[in-house]
Amino acid sequence: MSGTIVQLAYLLAAVLFIMGMSRLSSAKTARSGNSMAAVGMLIAIVATLLKADVVDYVTVAAGVVIGSALGAVLATRIEMTAMPQMVALLNGFGGLASALVASAELYNYFRAGETPTGIVPIAIVLGALIGAITFTGSLVAFAKLQELMSGSPITYPGQQVVNALTGVGALALCGMIVADPGNMQAYIGLLAIASILGVTLVIPIGGADMPVVISLLNSYSGLAACATGFAIGNSGLVISGSLVGASGIILTKIMCDAMNRSLANVLFSAFGQAVASTAGSGEKKTVPRYTPDDAAIVFNSASNVIIVPGYGMAVAQAQHAITELAELLESKGIKVQFAIHPVAGRMPGHMNVLLAEANVPYEKLVEMDDINPQFAEADVALVLGANDVVNPDARNAPDSPIYGMPILDVDYAGHVMVIKRSLSPGFAGIDNPLFYNDNTMMIFGDAKGISLALAEAVKALD
Amino acid sequence: MLEDPAVALTIFVLALFVGIEVISKVPPLLHTPLMSGSNAISGITIVGAILAAGAEHRTLATWLGLVAIIVATINVVGGFMVTNRMLEMFEKKPKKS
Repeated sequence: MSGTIVQLAYLLAAVLFIMGMSRLSSAKTARSGNSMAAVGMLIAIVATLLKADVVDYVTVAAGVVIGSALGAVLATRIEMTAMPQMVALLNGFGGLASALVASAELYNYFRAGETPTGIVPIAIVLGALIGAITFTGSLVAFAKLQELMSGSPITYPGQQVVNALTGVGALALCGMIVADPGNMQAYIGLLAIASILGVTLVIPIGGADMPVVISLLNSYSGLAACATGFAIGNSGLVISGSLVGASGIILTKIMCDAMNRSLANVLFSAFGQAVASTAGSGEKKTVPRYTPDDAAIVFNSASNVIIVPGYGMAVAQAQHAITELAELLESKGIKVQFAIHPVAGRMPGHMNVLLAEANVPYEKLVEMDDINPQFAEADVALVLGANDVVNPDARNAPDSPIYGMPILDVDYAGHVMVIKRSLSPGFAGIDNPLFYNDNTMMIFGDAKGISLALAEAVKALD
Repeated sequence: MLEDPAVALTIFVLALFVGIEVISKVPPLLHTPLMSGSNAISGITIVGAILAAGAEHRTLATWLGLVAIIVATINVVGGFMVTNRMLEMFEKKPKKS
C-alpha cells in the first residue's frame, strides 16, 4: 500500500477519534462515540499492517493476540470500584509502549550505523523520558490505589532536592544523547533515571490528590505517544497523542481548580502529611451518636434529600445500598438527588460511574455549582463517606489548609447526616467542624452497613 | 512523511487546540469514561510498535516492538472495552418508579 494511502488512513482515524470524543459531550451519544474511536483505531492498525515495511506478521499477530486477551480479561473482570487503578495501569502501559517504540527506533539507527538528525533525536529522548516516567509513576499510583502500599505521602528530608537533582540529571542525559545519538550507555542511563524519577515524583503525593495525578499521567501518556510520533515520523501518533495530552491537561486543571490548589502545590507539597502530624494534638472533642432509627424519624418528615457520596462509599462498595435507600425514599414521595463534587473519590468522575453502575439515572447526579444553591431548601443532606469536600472551614477559616477550596454547602441543609467510621480527619488530615454543628447527626459505622440499616429503619416506620 | 519538523509541529499544535476545544465540552459526569477512552486512543502507539516488530530482521528492536505491541494492545482493547462497559451503564433508561 502506498505511503499516501496509509497517511490518508491515519487522517481518517484521527477524524474518527475527534468525532468520537466530541460525542462524549452527552451521555446519550457517548457510547456511539467510543465505538467510532474504536473503528478509527482499527483503520489505523490495518493500514499499518498493509505497509510495505511490515513483513513479519507472525510476531505482530502474537503480540496482538496476547495483548487483546489480557486487555479483554482486564476490561470485563474489573470491578467498577477499582476503575481508578485500571486507568492508572492503562496510563502506565501507554507510557511503556511509547518508550519501547522510541528505543526500538534509536536502536535501528544504531544498528544501521546511521545517526538520526533534526528533530528525531530530541523526539526519541522525550518519548523515552516521558514514557518511562509515565510507566513507573503509574505503577506507583496503581500500587497506592490498590492498597499494595500506603496511600499517605512518603517523604524524607531533602526529598525535593533529590528529586530536582534527579530531574536535572535526566535532562543532562537527554542533552548528551541529542548531541551524540550513538551514545547507548547514556540512553540506557536515561531510561533508568526516568524510571526512578517516575517513582520518586509520585510517592510523596497523598491518596486524596490521586485525581490530579491520574489526570496528569493520562496527559503524559498522550504526550509520550506524541513524542514517539515525531521520532518515527508518523502523523497518526502525533495527532492522537496530542488529543490525549490535551484531555489530560484539561482534567488536571479541572481537578486542581476543584481543590483551589496549583499543580505545583499538589505535586510537591506532600499535602496531608504535615497537617496530619499536628491534628492529633488538639483536645479530644466528642459528639452525640445517632442511630439509624433516629435518622429514620427525620427522613419521615423530610420532602427533599440530597445525598453526598465520597471515597468512603467506594471503599465500602455502598453504591447499591445507598441507591436502595434513595429509591425507598422516592417511593415515599421524597425528592432525592446526589451531589457530586469534582474531586470526590480517587479519579475524575469516580462517583458518577459507581452510581451509574447502581442504576441511578444520571439526571439525579448533580454537579457542585448546580446543587449548592439547593442545600438551603433541602431537609436532609446525607454525607456518605465524604469529608474534606464538605468541610465548612474551606469557606470560613482563612487559616485552614483547605481554605478557598470550593465545597458542597451541606451545612445549609435543615439536617446533616454524616455516615462515617469515626471522627478521624479526612485524607487531608484536617478536622471538620461540620461534625460538631447542632444540625449535624453523626452516625458511626460502615457506609454500606449503615445505608442498609437506614433503609430497614425507614421501612419499619411505615 | 514528517521530514519537515515545522509541518509536524503545526499538526501537533493544531491537534492540541482541537483536543482542548472538544474535551472542554465533556461534562464531569463522563470524566471517567473520557479518561479510559482517551487511554485507548493513546494506544495508537501500537502503530509504531507494529512497524518496529514487523521489520524483516529479528533484532533487539523487533523484540522491543513485540513487547510494545502487547502493552499497547492491552491499552487499546482494554480501554475501549471498559469504556463501552461504563457508557452502557450511563445509557440505561431510568427505572420506572
